[in-house]
Amino acid sequence: MSDRLTRRNLLGRSLALGCSVAASPLLTPVSLAQTPGQNRLVVIILRGGMDAIDVIRPFGDPNYRLARPTLAADAPHADLDGFFGLNPALGDLMPLWENGELAAVHAVATPYRNKRSHFDGQDLLESGLVALDPAQGGWLNRALQLVPGAEMRTAFGLGQGVQRVLEGHAPVAHWAPDADLSLSAQALIRARRVMSEDAAFARALSQAVAFSSGEGGSNRMPEQAKGRAHVNIAQYAATQLQGDTRVVAFSLNGWDTHRDQRRGLSRAAEQLTETILTLRRQLGPNVWGKTTVVTLSEFGRTVAENGSKGTDHGTGGAMLLAGGAVRGGRVFGQWPGLEEAALYQRRDLMPTADVREMAAWVLRASLGLDAGDLERSVFPGLRLERDPGLLL
Amino acid sequence: MGFSPELAEIRFGCGLTPGVAPPDSVAQMLGGLFGPDVAAVRFPIEDFPHFRARLMEQQRLARAMRKAETPARKAALRDENRKRNKATRRQSIAWFGQALLRWTHTPQGFRERLVRFWADHFTAQGKRGVMIHGGLPYQEEAIRPHITGRFEDLLFAAVTHPLMVHYLDQRHSVGPNSPIGQKKRNTGLNENLAREVIELHTLGVGGPYDQADVRQLAELFTGISYVPDKGFVYRAKAAEPGAETVLGKRYGGEDARFRDIRAVLRDLARHPATADHVARKLAVHFLSDAPPPDLIAHLAARYRETDGALDEVYRALLSHPLAWVPGLQNVKPGFDFVASACRALGVPADRLAGAKPASINRMFLGPLKLMGQPWLRSFGPDGWSELDGDWLTPQGQAARIGWAMAAPSTLTPDLIDPRQFVVEALGSYASTVLRREVHGAETRADGVGLVLMSPAFQRR
Repeated sequence: MSDRLTRRNLLGRSLALGCSVAASPLLTPVSLAQTPGQNRLVVIILRGGMDAIDVIRPFGDPNYRLARPTLAADAPHADLDGFFGLNPALGDLMPLWENGELAAVHAVATPYRNKRSHFDGQDLLESGLVALDPAQGGWLNRALQLVPGAEMRTAFGLGQGVQRVLEGHAPVAHWAPDADLSLSAQALIRARRVMSEDAAFARALSQAVAFSSGEGGSNRMPEQAKGRAHVNIAQYAATQLQGDTRVVAFSLNGWDTHRDQRRGLSRAAEQLTETILTLRRQLGPNVWGKTTVVTLSEFGRTVAENGSKGTDHGTGGAMLLAGGAVRGGRVFGQWPGLEEAALYQRRDLMPTADVREMAAWVLRASLGLDAGDLERSVFPGLRLERDPGLLL
Repeated sequence: MGFSPELAEIRFGCGLTPGVAPPDSVAQMLGGLFGPDVAAVRFPIEDFPHFRARLMEQQRLARAMRKAETPARKAALRDENRKRNKATRRQSIAWFGQALLRWTHTPQGFRERLVRFWADHFTAQGKRGVMIHGGLPYQEEAIRPHITGRFEDLLFAAVTHPLMVHYLDQRHSVGPNSPIGQKKRNTGLNENLAREVIELHTLGVGGPYDQADVRQLAELFTGISYVPDKGFVYRAKAAEPGAETVLGKRYGGEDARFRDIRAVLRDLARHPATADHVARKLAVHFLSDAPPPDLIAHLAARYRETDGALDEVYRALLSHPLAWVPGLQNVKPGFDFVASACRALGVPADRLAGAKPASINRMFLGPLKLMGQPWLRSFGPDGWSELDGDWLTPQGQAARIGWAMAAPSTLTPDLIDPRQFVVEALGSYASTVLRREVHGAETRADGVGLVLMSPAFQRR
């Protein structure tokens, strides 16, 4: 993907599409001085509940093999630090680890407890709150509200669905790389008038026009882009991040491994690996050096494997960090141990830190937000105590 | 506020169409649910017992492959399996065409809407092999015949169906103290189905249960399984012996029995929290993201009074004045948008019935993915979102607008005059602004596209 979607090209094409640039609130010129910071943040939500114990394997814990007779016995993992090992499906990330560009925070969780529902768990993770309140939007949006000079293209939510972590009052762009709208100039004028009767539709159309290439003939059947969806998203994200965009959020699915986990988790982990490697390659050393990729999942999974070589919904999980801005080559967090008495409800990995606190430290370092603001408005009620130093 | 034929067809049916008169009363809408299923008869879809023959064939080939004596024989069998999978995939695309034609031509729109609603409530998907294509045969067997009965019968049909058992891993859940659990190492419980039955199908996530109930229900569910040649089976040898306590009530005794599973599903179905959960979901689906609490309470009360007689709950919904607020509200999900467009256009049956799979892919299945609703592939067992905002994304709208401008001229080459179409598709819901723009459109395709993309057509 070239620089097809830079601001200047966009302006030119929008004129060709026949929309009035002056009237478009999406295209207000922004001077470089206002562009908020130079650091880049990529938030990836791993939906389904990532099994932290299988991704960052505590092979040094004597109870690990006992709890997981089949899962611990597959292909050898790469040794990270003598206690933890990396799941073989993530093996292509080892060069990042060795280069100090990959880290993990183990035994973290949101405040969500006990019911272990994916859907509530994800909503709470994305809201960043202690109790769900849809009116508050997502934590990443509340963070953007504190970034001086942030405008719509500062943050992109990518994929066919909505990234709730980015929902809220700060303007953000939602888009999918293979969505592309192409109308004749006359049809576009009429479409705008038809949509003007309903504000929500008018807004969606305006954004669709702003983000579309406008290439190709009009009245063209919508078509899926060739190539694999997660790679396309990573490439599109990289293109945006090389321009004015500073924050990107998207999801990767497939982490709900109740059965035959070795196969299911490998597939999901390989997608994550390809996504991170695509970002790294496309961003180039300069931008990658300022980039932090954070993965979050709604919960971890049971410590013991279940009856179908999988694991069920649990509590404590892990966060992965990648990028040139990361203080990599280490596993952060306090390991609670896997003996039965140390588990949460004698079943799950005991969370030893709030994942929101880790996300807050990342926001502080990456977007330069103030600790007090983070405690007050981004993660209300959270106390930031000791900086774990996740980023350089 | 009261019944209107136009609103009945738009909000509770498949949309206005020149080919079929809208219902003239609530009684007619409900009556349609009990009359012959005319759309299913006219546009048949393979039912699950026939679909099982494909599973049996797959099983036969897999066994033969394991026993194959030469690599060449094995390769030949693998080839045959691949060919059969491909044939089933092509067939399943034709079933999609039939589902679309049911929407396009049915005189019982409320029935199609309810099938879609309950198929989503009981989302089940194939994950491997031929089973991947089992979605519509599942609906034919487990959902469609049960939408007017008691909720407990629908619940039972869906939860014990092979596709659900497969989707939520129940087949691999074995009681640790059962004969199989004692004999085979590395077997044990799998909580997936039990959790979703409580959280999604019955009480709802806000309901009065905890992890212990999920665990106990998972123990009680052991034994639920299926085999390709019979469908559902109860494997007593995998069932956990001893009683289980779910929501404070004990089920079963020393020997595990299938009737305890029936009993717990019945009790879950009749639980007051289930009444609230189902009432809210129906109101949200048919009315708006935030339906009036009075209406929800009214539906829940009727559900409780009748022990979940679904037709009585529908009657309560359709008889309530709040169901007939005239302003259109909910945004249609992708399939409903496309299908109601085909209905408004009156796409003839032979246009789709003989279509090649590749062209159905290009016309419908590909665009639906871009609209954010890949056919029968919701992201999890919670089904599709009911929130308008999730269908109002710029990327989703780009796909809808592109489709609205391009698809109609291919589906109906002799494209209708848009001035006539705006009236046929929207009746009195066509605004002055919309009519003016449609009348001024440069081409027929643009005019028809403007009608289909309009907020009035996308809402209901």
